[in-house]
Amino acid sequence: MSAHIEIPYNMDERPDTGLYNAKLGVWLFLASEVMLFGALFSSYVLLRTGASTWEAGHLILNWKLAMVNTFVLIGSSVTMVMSWAALKMNNLAKFKLYMGLTVLCGIAFLVIKGIEYAAKFEHGLLPNQSTFMAIYFTMTGLHGLHVIGGMIVNGYLLGPGSKMWATEPQRFTNRIEVAGLYWHFVDLVWIFLFPTLYLLPGK
Amino acid sequence: MATDTHHHHNEHHDEPSWIRKYVFSTDHKVIGIQYGLTSLVFLFFGFCLLMMMRWQLAYPGEALPLLGKWLGEARMPGGVMAPEFYNQLGAMHGTIMVFLGVVPLAVGAFGNYLVPLQVGAQDMAFPKLNMSSYWVYFVGGVVMFASFFVPEGAAQSGWTSYAPLSIVTTPAQSIFRGQTMWLIGMVFLITSSLLGSVNIIVTIVQLRAPGLTWMRLPFFCWAQLVTSFLLLLAFPPLEAAGVMQLMDRLAGSSFFMPAGLVISGKPWEGSGGGSALLWQHLFWFLAHPEVYVLILPAMGIVAEVIANNTRKPLWGYSALVWASAILGFLSFVVWAHHMYLTGMGTAISAFFQTTTMLISVPSIIILTALILSLWGGSIRFTTPMLFALAFLPMFGIGGLTGLPLGLATSDIQLHDTYYVIGHFHYVVAPGTIFALFAGIYYWYPKVTGRRMSETLGKWHFWGSLVFMNTVFMPMFVQGMAGMSRRMYDGGEAYLHNQHVLGFNRMIGVGAWGLGLFQLFFIINFFWSLKRGEKVNDNPWKATTLEWNTPTPPPHGNFTKIPDAYRGPYEYSLPGSDTHKDYYPQWEPDHVAKAGPKETK
Ligand code: HEM
Ligand SMILES: [Cu+2]
Repeated sequence: MSAHIEIPYNMDERPDTGLYNAKLGVWLFLASEVMLFGALFSSYVLLRTGASTWEAGHLILNWKLAMVNTFVLIGSSVTMVMSWAALKMNNLAKFKLYMGLTVLCGIAFLVIKGIEYAAKFEHGLLPNQSTFMAIYFTMTGLHGLHVIGGMIVNGYLLGPGSKMWATEPQRFTNRIEVAGLYWHFVDLVWIFLFPTLYLLPGK
Repeated sequence: MATDTHHHHNEHHDEPSWIRKYVFSTDHKVIGIQYGLTSLVFLFFGFCLLMMMRWQLAYPGEALPLLGKWLGEARMPGGVMAPEFYNQLGAMHGTIMVFLGVVPLAVGAFGNYLVPLQVGAQDMAFPKLNMSSYWVYFVGGVVMFASFFVPEGAAQSGWTSYAPLSIVTTPAQSIFRGQTMWLIGMVFLITSSLLGSVNIIVTIVQLRAPGLTWMRLPFFCWAQLVTSFLLLLAFPPLEAAGVMQLMDRLAGSSFFMPAGLVISGKPWEGSGGGSALLWQHLFWFLAHPEVYVLILPAMGIVAEVIANNTRKPLWGYSALVWASAILGFLSFVVWAHHMYLTGMGTAISAFFQTTTMLISVPSIIILTALILSLWGGSIRFTTPMLFALAFLPMFGIGGLTGLPLGLATSDIQLHDTYYVIGHFHYVVAPGTIFALFAGIYYWYPKVTGRRMSETLGKWHFWGSLVFMNTVFMPMFVQGMAGMSRRMYDGGEAYLHNQHVLGFNRMIGVGAWGLGLFQLFFIINFFWSLKRGEKVNDNPWKATTLEWNTPTPPPHGNFTKIPDAYRGPYEYSLPGSDTHKDYYPQWEPDHVAKAGPKETK
């Protein structure tokens, strides 16, 4: 017997919870991400309070580039919402435009990050120089991996994944919403990282 | 339109290929069995590691017969165990038993197989994700296993991987070093647990069958739900810590390395400025919730088996539910009771002592409710029930011996002694592992269509019960005498241990006995596959939804998605007659309560 498997609520909301499966799934996943970055921020606090000296980020890091990157990521969050809204208005072409912009912003972010890293390598500012540099590379590196992950998902949804629009538009729109939640989270992490690493004074 | 495409699809792929069906399957039951078999293999492997350690402890410095030569000069020079190898065995025994054995069996296997059945769903909420979580676990296991074969062998710094030791041992900046591979393996295992726990939570929240309200959910599912939340929220900090330790080992950073370290007479050349205690905090922030990950699914299994075999509703079902939820919350705020000796100061210590005493309350509520459930029942002493019954006092001993550890005054004496080893093994070995055995005997008929042999099962049980206690009871005595854990000579070098060294030999014999009696289980497991008594769909006359499926359940599980008409444990209610003392969840009143006819 090869029963046809139909997982309920993978598209529509379950009335008593008000959620479809993937949305609950991504919220749970984000909760675990909060714990991941929460642990890193806590480590930052613990290491900093325990240290006798601590570098001032704005003196050894390139806070101007990072500021640009902050706006790039915020911009990408906005285009991400627009792409979702475009689908809600049944406009696939507009969706592709905004999703394309989102991916481009992601690329821009990584390029700028790459320039920043390259300059650090050049000056020998490596994780083994100080706890500050170590946590800088760990946190921005992990965040960068999250950006790459998000871009792979977004790129897929922009390209081959968008075929689903023709067959299951509701489900496709949900996917964009879920990918968007993740993308906003990645953005949010950066918004905490930026002042913590680049702006806080040293001691 | 969706049905159209599926129809088309079906014509070509009616029968999935062997590989899709048994290797890369998305069926939660196949995945559950994959998890189950893999974790049983790892449990066996972890047990073998322990047997070698126990030989060394019982007869320190004596050549190991047979194996000694075979393991090679590096590990066993002249057939005698090298201290470094002993440390590898210890670290990997703990790691394998916890992360590759018990948790994947309790959550990966039992959770995967049973949660969708008990909530009346056709599969997990995300079948493909489910498959990938198994394979990520598998890769993590392979990495851990392979680490025995890299230069200088596997990780040697305990399952807790305390820094700075874990960073200065085999320090080469290569990924092919034991500790580095341990960290990489952990990242895989953590990722797998995250995927798995998201799936279990979404399945329970979203896919409950019509009528299956929260308070009609079997306690097993509640236990899995709380467990999954613990995995979801406690594991990421260890992942962060693992990444930081990787940085320390590979990129030369000093997250966990304080300034001014002198190692083997040489000043350590790092930037310093890190904190060794930070690792301990992050580790125990995971590892304390982790111990409840080890125990909650066990409690879930025991609850199911007890209700079924006492033919009574569980005593205090809602107390059980609330207690496990509170246990879940509190388990996040007790972690530093593993760290009283780190000089944390009285205020912080008082906080963690208080929370530790508090968390004992829900533990005891659960244990009490399970014991009271026996009261007045007409108990069927089946093999699963024997294991479930033994779980109660064994967990009791484990839990009660935890209390002196939770109070700093007594913990100063007991910390890092064999007493701690005795404590947690009582909870995990004759506790959790007995519960897992109970679960295997209990659900085996549903999975295979055949019952396991009761005779072999009883041999297995009584032997295990006797030898478990032979192994672990003496550890309390050794520990109270002051014998430290993790000594590769079994503590021989210290005067104060001399009068308790004899126990090492007793424990060694006990471990052999314990291993021997597991043969009954292994034989039974395979023999019953072919020869076990054939059973119908509900051989234990049980009430929860998994017994409403064909046996073994096909892909898609139910012939028709069931409705849940009542709570999970409606046994022997007033008015039910002797022919049929149970009202299954899936039968509407007019069927359940009509006449003596048995349901199929
Ligand atoms: C119910 C009350 C419990 C209390 C009050 C308690 C208390 C403690 C304390 C204070 C320690 C630290 C001892 C030390 O290192 O000095 C400890 C260790 C440990 N406990 Fe428990 N515990 C309880 C239940 C459990 C349960 C249910 C499990 C597992 C299923 C468990 C597993 C462990 C493990 C694995 C360790 C040792 C870890 C290590 O150092 O390697 N405990 N317990
Ligand atoms: Cu603990």
